[in-house]
Formats: sequence, structure tokens, C-alpha cells
Amino acid sequence: MSVLYIMLPAALLIAGAALYAFIRAARSGQFDDVDTPAYRILTDDDAPSGDAP
Amino acid sequence: MSAAAVQTICTHCRLSVPSGLVRIGDANQFCCAGCETAYTLINSCGLENFYALLDRSGSQLDRPKATRRAYEEFDDPTFRSLYCRTVPDGLLSIELVLEGVHCVACIWLLEKLPGIAPGVVEARVDMRRAALRVTFDPARIALGRIARLLDSLGYPPHPARGLAARQARRIEDRRMMVRLAVAGACAGNIMLLFFALYAGMFEGMERGYEQMFRWVAMGLNTICLIWPGRIFLRGAWASLRTQTIHLDVPIALGLYLGGAWGIYKTITGSGDIYFDSISALIFFLLIGRTVQQSQQRSAADALELLFSASPTIARRVTPDGTVTDVPTEALAPGDIVEIRPGDSVPADGAIVWGESRIDLSILTGESKPSRVGPGDAVPAGSVNRASLLRIRVESTGESTRIGRLLRLVEEASQRRASIVRLADRWGAWLLWILLGLSAVTLAIWWHAGPAIAIDRAIALLIATCPCGLGLATPLAMTVALGRAARCGIFIKGGDALQSLSKPGPAGTVVLDKTGTLTLGRLSLVRWIGDETVRSLIRAIESQSAHPAAQALCRGLSPSTNSPLPATGVIQHSGAGIHGTVDSHSVIVGTRMLLTSLGVSIDDAMEAHATLAVHDGLSPVYIAVDGRCVAIAALGDPIRPDASIAIESLKARGWRINILSGDHPELVESVARSLGMAPSQCRGGVSPEGKLAIIRDLSSRGRVVMVGDGVNDAAALAAATVGIAVRGGAEASLAAADVSLSSEGLSPIVQLLDGARRTMRTIHWTIASSLAYNAVAATLSMCGLISPLLAAFIMPASSLTVVAICLRSGAFRFTSAIPARARSHDTTPSLGEMNTSSTNPLPERAIA
Repeated sequence: MSVLYIMLPAALLIAGAALYAFIRAARSGQFDDVDTPAYRILTDDDAPSGDAP
Repeated sequence: MSAAAVQTICTHCRLSVPSGLVRIGDANQFCCAGCETAYTLINSCGLENFYALLDRSGSQLDRPKATRRAYEEFDDPTFRSLYCRTVPDGLLSIELVLEGVHCVACIWLLEKLPGIAPGVVEARVDMRRAALRVTFDPARIALGRIARLLDSLGYPPHPARGLAARQARRIEDRRMMVRLAVAGACAGNIMLLFFALYAGMFEGMERGYEQMFRWVAMGLNTICLIWPGRIFLRGAWASLRTQTIHLDVPIALGLYLGGAWGIYKTITGSGDIYFDSISALIFFLLIGRTVQQSQQRSAADALELLFSASPTIARRVTPDGTVTDVPTEALAPGDIVEIRPGDSVPADGAIVWGESRIDLSILTGESKPSRVGPGDAVPAGSVNRASLLRIRVESTGESTRIGRLLRLVEEASQRRASIVRLADRWGAWLLWILLGLSAVTLAIWWHAGPAIAIDRAIALLIATCPCGLGLATPLAMTVALGRAARCGIFIKGGDALQSLSKPGPAGTVVLDKTGTLTLGRLSLVRWIGDETVRSLIRAIESQSAHPAAQALCRGLSPSTNSPLPATGVIQHSGAGIHGTVDSHSVIVGTRMLLTSLGVSIDDAMEAHATLAVHDGLSPVYIAVDGRCVAIAALGDPIRPDASIAIESLKARGWRINILSGDHPELVESVARSLGMAPSQCRGGVSPEGKLAIIRDLSSRGRVVMVGDGVNDAAALAAATVGIAVRGGAEASLAAADVSLSSEGLSPIVQLLDGARRTMRTIHWTIASSLAYNAVAATLSMCGLISPLLAAFIMPASSLTVVAICLRSGAFRFTSAIPARARSHDTTPSLGEMNTSSTNPLPERAIA
């Protein structure tokens, strides 16, 4: 079980890396507009879908 | 009647096509040249998919309004240095605020801009703010051309103003996001560590591991307290300094005392620690704070377009007579500014030279341009429609009429809902109660030793931290506002919901007449007399642009064939029209016109006309071959849902008043047909009069003003709650607390019901979170609380609050189908109107 003394810091390091990535994303403005992408995904396909009314 | 079947819809804007423009056998029909241009443009760019998306979104569109301005100032170097940002590769980037962005199809079309305009590298839409960020190569395309293209697509662009303020806001938003992330990560990891510790409590755990877990949890919790948690410490400190205790004080007390005591416990190596509860608290509270912040932001975003719509470049006339372009920011009172036709006025001022017509629609909603001459005052934001003007600047920027209005509105949206303030006011009470309870706990347990006593007291402070209370109100409000927006009811702040929830003593709903109770446009309501002459009348009226003539044309043309040719048409200003159609002499106009042209009117026709006047309609006399054969009664029909809506408002305890600038007799006749007493309505009221009446009423109780904007902005702002109905001027939308995007009065009833339910939800959430706190306090005073129990109670309290908010019935009732049905029956199609006018009914056709 003494592997925990290595595993716990390692796990914390990984969590820290993920947090760092998120903070960088937030600071570079990736979360500035959270509304439009939800609409944009509807129109991403260029070909009109066949079942459209 | 086959009228509805024959009705033609414009291929581009989906409005009905005037019969004169219908092209038989053509698949594409257009209501105006603008639509045809837009359709051709969209097709020539290979973007036909727009129409498929339009159908899919199922939304009704406002008529696109291309302004066809020249946008010359966009090419000016000053403009470029003010609003453009240089990005790598020699490209420029600019943020434009657009009018008329409302659906998925708009985003799709706008983001296809690089394909339409070579030289545009990227176009990204921010839907919430209706903003478009364009990155372009200045060597390949001029900014003015991009602007003209956007305008021709129906999205008149304006450069985004207030960049500094928004940049600050954006940084604050990002900081909040980072805080949330850190708090979430810490809370999650501490929770994992505590799972192990709790398991160790039951199963036994080696002391080395336990100590390691405790130290790691302490480290994470300390990060959480000094980074994201600092916001509460700062809030508490500010509130202590200003001596207005609010909710932050008891929160910070519990968090930081608990944290400090936990650190002491970790270092000494024994005793209960509450790091999991503390970090989870910080995370939940930050969520509440973020939600509240975004709610306030959305109101500010709505104003941005209005602010950006004022012009950016002014043409200043120097004393020697030359004209130079200067940014509007550089204007000073006393400057002479030239305004070309089509430009908007950059500052409040008085005309020193020139005569023209100016369009005040952005301020008042009045779409008919008014005539101005030397000496007349023109406000910033109005548009010069006819000829060159020179004005002397009186006030600029923030101090203009539109600037003042904007500031007022911004202040109003900053105001927190008083129910939120109420929860804050309880902060002081809560603080004393909690301090008192922990002192009692300390006293009760002192006999067991100071360490245990302090332990229990701090456990109480942590476990009763008013987390649910901090979360309850903003969350309930945000859920309600979000759901309301999906039903087409846009509410700016929580105050409005609180005031609308119940009428209170002497609560009054004041309704404007034109456009609110009525459809707001002149229509043919009744036709009395000879049916066979209708095509003759249409032939002659189609020659005139007068509103009455157009109303007659709309009402008279069930068929789509082009009108018969009319010859020798003479218009009598304000009286009518006469001419020859199909070798019949036709006169349409007032009684005076007919008699002056030698037509005698028999008693029966006179009686019909009198009856029409009595019903609040305007009779138009129709003579064919020198004999009066029919009376067409024109009027502004009452909305079909008006009387039901008024009944249900009354049933909810509101008093109803009608205020209108229209003629008192007209207003009374509308009130009569809605079953209201004449004492409840007042006609012929000026905008200032409306304001005075609203002020007088609001000194006695809550006043809800419903108006469509023409001169209503001041009254809307003065009322407890101002509701702007669809199609109102921008100014009224800015001044109102609520704006409705669907037509008719039934949304108002929905709004009142939704508000009542929201307040009930809030009361429930506050009660439940207080109940949890009471349980936690009792447990800790009895010494029964443990970190494990606290870790259950805290999230349970927050989750209960969230659950109550989410399953609240407020603004729930509208699914897509009833919404569509409603919008259909409140806006009678042209076909229905025709049917009613072909079978002259003894009663008012629509009401």
C-alpha cells in the first residue's frame, strides 16, 4: 500500500495539469461566448438535410 | 371564401405580397424590391440554404430593414484607428454590433461572409450580444464594402462602442471562470480524500496514510480559501467597513474560522476536520454568484445595440467653411456639424441651416419622419431623411438625450432585485443568531474542556453557513428569467418579477390603446352598401400611398389579379381621391369631398356613417357615377385576445386603466367594447400627461404600464414595472423592465402568473434552506454533528434548493405548439380580414 505515497502526488499532479489547461483556456477567451456555438452546431453541415420541411 | 388560399407569401421575408406586385405563374413572389434584391443576392452567393433554415426555425421575422446607407465613414483612417485592431499577417479585426440578428439562419448567413466577400478572412457571431467579429485584409477589401454588404443582407452594422468597459467585464468574467475551476477542482479532490478518510473511520486506517490525506486536504483547502474564497472575505470586509452587514459576513466567518481551526487540528494531528464541507461550500456559493452576475450582464448586453447605433464620425464645419471628418468623441458644444441625408445625427443640437425631415424612430418609435427647419432641436440618434442640414452642437456623448436614457437604464439594471437584498438584510440577523448560538454551544460544552467546546462551536458555524440562502434567490430568478425568455418574454431583472407577483393594495395595470389593445394599424372593418364596386375602388386606391387608401386596398383585394387601370386620378390632400375606372367616375373620400363634387348622400348612408362614428370607426364615403353607393368603415381593430386578457387580469386583483394619446371618444368606444367603464380610460393624453398620471398612480400603489413605445418610454420607466409590447421603439425596449416578443395581451397574463409562481418558489427555497440550517444548528449544539454528517447536510441543502428551482412551475406552460397557435390567432391573416369584410357583419368584425 505504500505505493499511495507516490500515487497521491501523481494524481494531484495530473489534476493540477488539467486545471492549468482549463485556466489557460479560460484566460485565452474560449469561454467568453458560450451561447453561439450551441446554435452554430445546427448549421455546420453545408448540405441541406433531406428531411427538412 | 378562397381568399386565404390565394394569399401570396413573399419568398424572402414570408410576409404577404401586395396584390399589385403578384406575378402570376411565378414560383418566387416578392413583397418589395428590397426582398427581391436580397433574394437574388443570397442566391447569387450560393446561400439558398438560408431559406431552408428559416423554415426549420419556424420563427416569424420582422421585415428586414436594409438602410442602404453609404457607410463612407467606415473607410476613414480615423475610424479605422478608433475601432479596428491589428492582428498578425497584416490583417485588421473589428467588432460590429448588428441590427436584426435573431435566429440560427442569421448566424449561418453571417458566418458565410468570407465566402461572399473575398478579403474577409473570418466572421464570428456572438449571438447573445448580436455582435460580429470580422477579420479582414484591408488590402483586398474596404471596411465600407463589408458594411454595405452586411446592410444589404438586412443587418445594418455599427461599430461596437465602450470597448474598454467591455474588456474589463470580459476579464472579470474570465476571472470568475478561473475561480470556479479552482474551487471545483479543490472541492472534488478533497472529497475524494475524505472518502478514504471516512472509510478509514469505519474500517481502520494506518496512521501514516491518514496523516498524509489530512495534510493534502489541508493544502488543497488552503488554496481554495486564499484563491477563489477570497471573494467572500473581501465582501465581508467591505460590508464590515461600511457597517451594513450582509450575507458575506456569516459565510466568511464560517469558512475562515473553520479553515484556521482545521489547520490547527491537522498540525496537532488529531480531531475532526471539515475541509470537505468548506471547499464544497465555496464551490456552491461561487456558482450562485456566477449565475447572478450573468443575469445582470444579459440586461446590459441588450443595451449595447442602442448605444452603438449612434454615429461614429461627424462632419465638423470649421469657421472658414471647410468640412472635416472627426470622431464624434471629439465634438464639443458650439461646434457646427453638417449632416448629410441618410446620416444620423451625432449629437443633440439645433438646426442653423437647412430644412429637412428627420426620423425619430429610434427614440420615439414614430416611423413617420417629421419636418424640421432652422431653430428646431434635433436629438442624437435621429436620422436625417431628406436634405443637407447644419446643426450647432448643444450636448454630446453621455449628456445627449439618448445618452442620458441609456445611463438611466443601465443604472436600473444594476439595481439588484429587492428580494436579493432581502436575503442580504437577513445576513445581519443571521450573523447575530449564529454568533449567539455558537456562544451558547461554547458555554454548554465548556465543562468538557475548551478544545471540545471550541470544536463544537466552529462545527456549528460551518454547518449552518447560509449557503442555500445565498444560492436560492439568484438561482430561482435565473431559472425563471431563462424560461420566460424561451416563451418570448424578456425580463430585465428580478425586481420586475417581485412587483408583478401580486397586485398589492391599489395595484393598477395601465394599458396603452394603439398597438397594445388594438392591432395598431388601420384596416377595413366594415363595408356597407354595394358589393359590386369593390374592384373599382381598389383600382383607384392602389394609386395612392395614403394609409387609408392602403388599408382599403388590403381589405378589398381577395383576388390576386392586378387592379383595373384608372385614369385621370386626382388626389385631394386629406380629403380623398377621384378618377375614372372602367368608364365609371369614382370618388372615394370624406363627406365634404363628395358634396363639393356634387354628390348627394341619402339618409340611409348617413345613418350607417353615424353608426360607424359611434363605434369609433372612420367612415369613408364612396360614390360611383355621381351617387353615394357605399360606406367603408376604417378602424384599428381590437386584438382578439384583449377582452379575455383583461378579464383574467381583473380576476387576479389588478385594476385596469387605459391611457391613450388618441381622441377621447375613440378610447371610450374601445373601453366600451371591452366592457370597461368610461371612468377607467383617458384619451388625448400627452406623453408628459401620461408620465404625470403614472407618477400619481405609483404614489398610491404598484403600477404596471404596458405600451408599445410611441411616446411611452418615459411612462414605462416611471411605472413600477414597464412592459413594452412587440414592435416598440428601441427606446421603449430600453426603458421597459419587460419586453414581449409575441403579439397580443395573453403574454401579460402569462407573465403575471409566472411572476407569482417564481416568488412562491423563492419563498420555498429560502424556507427549506433555513430548515436545513436549523437542523444543523440543533445537531451541533447537541454535539451530534460530525464531519461526515455535515458533508451530507450541506450538499443536501443546496441540492434541495436546486431541485425546487428546477421543478418550479413558473413559465412552464408554453411548449412550441401552443405558442404557434397563439401567435396565429392573435394576428389574423390577410385572408381572414378579407373574409370579414366581404360579409359585412352587423357587429365589429374582429371584436
